[in-house]
Amino acid sequence: MSDIITVALAGNPNVGKSTIFNALTGMKQHTGNWTGKTVDSALGYFKTETHRYRLVDLPGTYSLIPHSAEEKIARDYIYNEKPEAVIVVCDATCLERNLNLVLQTKKIARRVIVCVNLLDEAKKKGISVDLDLLAHRLGVRVVGVVARQNKTIKNLLFALDEAVENDELTTQSNDFLNYELQEELAISTVKTAEKIFNGVVTYKNKNYQNHDRKIDKILTSRAFGYPLMLLLLCIIFWITISGANYPSDLLFSAFSWVEIKLSEFLNLIHLPTVIHNALVFGIFRTVSFVVSVMLPPMAIFFPLFTLLEDLGYLPRVAYNLDKPFKKCNACGKQALTMCMGFGCNAVGVTGCRIIDSPRERLLAILTNTFVPCNGRFPTIIAIITMFLAVGGGVLSSVSATLILTLVIVFGILMTFLATKLLSATVLKGVPSNFILEMPPYRKPEFLKVIIRSVLDRTVYVLGRALITAVPAGLVIFIMSNVNISDKALLLHCADFLDPFAQLMGLDGVILLGFILGFPANEIVVPIIIMAYTGAGIISGDMNLQNVQELFVSNGWDITTAISMLIFSLCHWPCATTVLTIKKETASFKWTALAVFLPTALGIIICMLFNLLIKLLH
Amino acid sequence: MKYLYDLKIGEKCRVDKILIYDSLRRRLIDLGLTPDTLVECVGQSPLGDPKAFLIKGAVIALRYEVCKSIRVTEVLA
Repeated sequence: MSDIITVALAGNPNVGKSTIFNALTGMKQHTGNWTGKTVDSALGYFKTETHRYRLVDLPGTYSLIPHSAEEKIARDYIYNEKPEAVIVVCDATCLERNLNLVLQTKKIARRVIVCVNLLDEAKKKGISVDLDLLAHRLGVRVVGVVARQNKTIKNLLFALDEAVENDELTTQSNDFLNYELQEELAISTVKTAEKIFNGVVTYKNKNYQNHDRKIDKILTSRAFGYPLMLLLLCIIFWITISGANYPSDLLFSAFSWVEIKLSEFLNLIHLPTVIHNALVFGIFRTVSFVVSVMLPPMAIFFPLFTLLEDLGYLPRVAYNLDKPFKKCNACGKQALTMCMGFGCNAVGVTGCRIIDSPRERLLAILTNTFVPCNGRFPTIIAIITMFLAVGGGVLSSVSATLILTLVIVFGILMTFLATKLLSATVLKGVPSNFILEMPPYRKPEFLKVIIRSVLDRTVYVLGRALITAVPAGLVIFIMSNVNISDKALLLHCADFLDPFAQLMGLDGVILLGFILGFPANEIVVPIIIMAYTGAGIISGDMNLQNVQELFVSNGWDITTAISMLIFSLCHWPCATTVLTIKKETASFKWTALAVFLPTALGIIICMLFNLLIKLLH
Repeated sequence: MKYLYDLKIGEKCRVDKILIYDSLRRRLIDLGLTPDTLVECVGQSPLGDPKAFLIKGAVIALRYEVCKSIRVTEVLA
């Protein structure tokens, strides 16, 4: 077998490039349905009977004559790294526009293979593509693919083997490097694409898009556009909250059982009490709390959110919210990065690359932390369930859902407020532009999405729990057991913070929880629990009822809970996010502002809220 | 003179000229907005702006500021 052959995968955004990448490499890179989902080039390997390949997934791009950072990555890669072949993935339902990129790639790549994807979708819509005619006109190999069908992927592999063995290298043109020529070149490419396209594709029904337009008419209508967004959010939250309750309890009792066994075992091998306590009450309890509280909501929320994403709804959210963002002198695509923030703010910050204007990108980066990420979302649900939900049974989950929706809407309003604030002060400027492709609605593969994202989330949450909760649990245990003048170190710190925290409606322990939770927001509540229980030993089983009783006995009331919710939404981003912001902005100043702004807003809002409550009493 | 912005939902037109001369111009051309291309207005967002246009088989959302700078001809219902 010969040396490894490098092949690049190019294509417009939204043509199912990532699906092809996964089908070829067997990797499970997450696929999404919005522009520029792949912000970094992914790397994968595969082999055929005759060759071994290295596959580079380039960011989605409309053109190789660069307009944005992503396009530059794709152009530079093909031009400088000279991969043996470039597979250009095209969407069969939108072929003409895609041919533009094919023609441009042909000019600079050594070999081009056109992969016409989504043939099944096209067939459903009565669109048929004459692949032979297309190959003849383009003068390159063309393969029709349905990513879910292995047979068609095999055809692609076959074409690739043939191409690297036989095809002549096309001459590289320098045209794209010459700025003057660019517009003429772009227009003539578009015209050529039109000529090639004519006759290649036939439509059984010219109005094949009517179905999508009808859905759009409702989802983006004046009357229902915003209410439906809220309703969808509510439904997802409700399923998450009511679905997470039972597995959460189950996990808590499972962990309690394991804890007893673990404790017995450690006693059996005569471990010193202090090590026993550190392992059981420090590390094990922190891990069990983090997993029990975090895992169920995440394992339910994410598949649902992914389904919404795969359906093609998120670009409509950006479309609906563009006007409000424009009012804040920002870009509607910020709605997309906001949505990514639900998963992880660091991912959201990286995702801001989809915004072309540097000023608007900064606005999106600096305000991303106002949507609660993975680490904060379940904490917020837990606080709501413990202190704010009213009634029992269904009523309790409904009220919790409404409050959670309110919290998220508050976070979104804070995003707008902070964006407006920034664009009126340090990031002045006029809104640049907003060009967003709204892809066709696609039926997601329900079962596959659910199974994959449940597994992904489980692995992710458990991984986070291990790398953050284990060391954090140990550190907090040590801090709450090392005494300085008869008081634990943890309590000294808490006492120091207390006067200030009281002004915000919190107490020193809670604020200390947030500060020590800087590496990962998941551990804020476990820190608070351990600090309240002194030596870190909670009486009875670890579950939400006991935690609530513990909090109440330490002076918590509804005001404390609300202040905690506000501060959860508005405080410094976690360590990973801060590092990502530093990397993305390459500026200490902007990173500092990204920490300062949400913190300052959080402190101010908490203080005002508590002042208001005191005045009302 | 008619501009893309004047198009009502369901109306079609042909692109005449793009009166934008910054980097945005190239992006619009890449999306297929070249002279004589047929464009249809297919919707608007809840607050009226941006609007959605069918361009070469894809639906693209454009803001008012962009639409008002694209001159069009042959507006058809």
